[in-house]
Amino acid sequence: MNILRTIKIALKALSRNKMRSFLTALGIIIGVGAVIAMVSIGQGAKAEVEKRFSEMGTNLLFVRPGSRSYRGRHGGSSSYENLTEADAEAILENCDAVNYISPNVNSRAQIIYQNKNWNTSIYGTGHDYPIIRNWEVEEGEFFSEQHVKSAQKVCILGSEVNQNLFEGANPLGQIIRMNKIPFRVIGTMESKGESGGWFNRDDVIFIPYTTAQMRLLGINHIQSVDVSAISMDRSAEAMAQIEEVLRIRHKIAPGAEDDFNVRNMSDIAEGASEATAILTILLGGIASISLLVGGIGIMNIMLVSVTERIREIGIRMSMGAREKDILYQFLTEAIVLSTLGGLLGITLGVGSSQLISHFADMTTVVSFGSVALAFIFAASVGIFFGFYPARKASKLDPIDALRYE
Amino acid sequence: MNSNNVLIKMEDLTKTYQVGETQVRALRGISYDIRKGDLLAIMGPSGSGKSTLMNIIGCLDKPTNGRYFLDGKEVSTFNKNQLAGIRNNKIGFVFQTFNLLARTTALENTELPLLYSNTPTRDAKKLAMKALAQVGLEDRELHKSSQMSGGERQRVAIARALVNSPSLILADEPTGNLDTKTGNEIMAVFKRLNRENGITIILVTHDPEVSAIAEKVMHIRDGLIETLE
Ligand SMILES: Nc1ncnc2c1ncn2[C@@H]1O[C@H](COP(=O)(O)OP(=O)(O)O)[C@@H](O)[C@H]1O
Ligand SMILES: [Mg+2]
Repeated sequence: MNILRTIKIALKALSRNKMRSFLTALGIIIGVGAVIAMVSIGQGAKAEVEKRFSEMGTNLLFVRPGSRSYRGRHGGSSSYENLTEADAEAILENCDAVNYISPNVNSRAQIIYQNKNWNTSIYGTGHDYPIIRNWEVEEGEFFSEQHVKSAQKVCILGSEVNQNLFEGANPLGQIIRMNKIPFRVIGTMESKGESGGWFNRDDVIFIPYTTAQMRLLGINHIQSVDVSAISMDRSAEAMAQIEEVLRIRHKIAPGAEDDFNVRNMSDIAEGASEATAILTILLGGIASISLLVGGIGIMNIMLVSVTERIREIGIRMSMGAREKDILYQFLTEAIVLSTLGGLLGITLGVGSSQLISHFADMTTVVSFGSVALAFIFAASVGIFFGFYPARKASKLDPIDALRYE
Repeated sequence: MNSNNVLIKMEDLTKTYQVGETQVRALRGISYDIRKGDLLAIMGPSGSGKSTLMNIIGCLDKPTNGRYFLDGKEVSTFNKNQLAGIRNNKIGFVFQTFNLLARTTALENTELPLLYSNTPTRDAKKLAMKALAQVGLEDRELHKSSQMSGGERQRVAIARALVNSPSLILADEPTGNLDTKTGNEIMAVFKRLNRENGITIILVTHDPEVSAIAEKVMHIRDGLIETLE
């Protein structure tokens, strides 16, 4: 018997019991839909993470206090207060693979402008921060080297803060109060265009790090240094140079552990995308369980169907159907059911992933691979769980089957 | 008697069923030849082994002992697949309970054996229409079995048995579920197929009137041939 005819017969048999066929396929529909939707969330997170990292620039390096290994007793890497402005300047001067640095001192503060109140992150940075982070100023200007040197009370607003305090009015030249200290707004940053998510990069105010040290925190050290290597190819070289410079400056004996920590962007990005890959596997794995349950549903209904149709099987055998013909007939029914379920499931999965990205404000990515995988998985579930009932049908004795009441 | 004319040759066929501890000897040694074009009626009390014999002749079952030749081939040595092939090509079955596929049209029911002989769809339809015409159902091809009377259903079953141009049609109590008048009509169809188309037919029946139309009548009792007329 040829395949097309077998499929046609299977479709006919399934359409005799439309409601039951649909309910049986529902397990597969939901399973495939869930796999596609869940994987799309995982892959969306991965894409989002990768996008953010590439925006930040792959030649970016971070210097933080703290030992490189996480062994030993210390209250977390930030408890070290051994990184200074001078360290940052030494890096810029002595490392020829480095072209920009920005010492960083971060904080949070309560902002007041007229009758408006807003709590936000304060980034104290160097004047090269926009270049290092690949982040443009929208209006006005970023603060200059001069502003930093003399610890001026000037600030640049992230677009979210700008919107919340000024609501479209021109902020340039206005005075806002940061923990009661007046700051003059000299610029606004271009929006990174995110809302929701884990943290909003537009909800921030930039001030010179010197000002943050003196006015907000009253400290002399810096919390970290952002470093930009001349090129991505030279970022490993830059890393080695930074380590060398800091070890000399911090008088670390040969063989002793660093009291600072240099990391480059691609390592961090790799770690993060590994984490999202695990998330994808986890989500997909959980969803596959429902696909498996759907498969068991198919087996259950196929077994019922074989029992109900013993007489039909006997008739077919007496008319010359071989074992193989009966086996293929029931197997095809199971496969048709699961593939149709798979196709509907793809529609459901793609649809719900779009709804999720629309209403839950999450990036979702439906890849061809995940669709193909879910579909193949569904078809295999049909073959796997359809085989036992089909074989049972094909092994029936024609006379017993014909006599069956 | 020319041996070329022999369609069926049975040599000392026995069939024993094991039911728990006891053995049921349904056939105890049947030897008989059936020639091409014969119309044979098998009669006998219930439980005498008529259906068992029909099943062996129809290649649905194998004898416990003895040899069975169909068209010169010893089919008692065939495997399941080969037997299915024989049932498909050489034998047409008509059952007491019709055994049509439910919710399926007369045409599709009639086409069923052609499905397993890989007949192209177009030819299958043509052959099925012709078979339906032979039993007087030419305009009923789209009726489903549930929409037809018993007599009509049995006609569809006969059309289905005919469609593969078999050498042999086997009918186990084909009128058992029909009233006398309809039963007689069905018998007339068998008679006509035998006379006009030369198809060999074996019928099991309880009805002495029916057996009157047969050329030969075999009486079975307790798994043995009692008399032959
Ligand atoms: N599958 C079976 N298992 C056990 N005994 C059987 C089986 N089929 C038939 N028999 C027995 O074989 C004998 C002949 O049965 P059967 O050929 O159906 O008789 P008939 O058709 O003449 O009424 C009966 O005693 C019946 O009970
Ligand atoms: Mg019987």
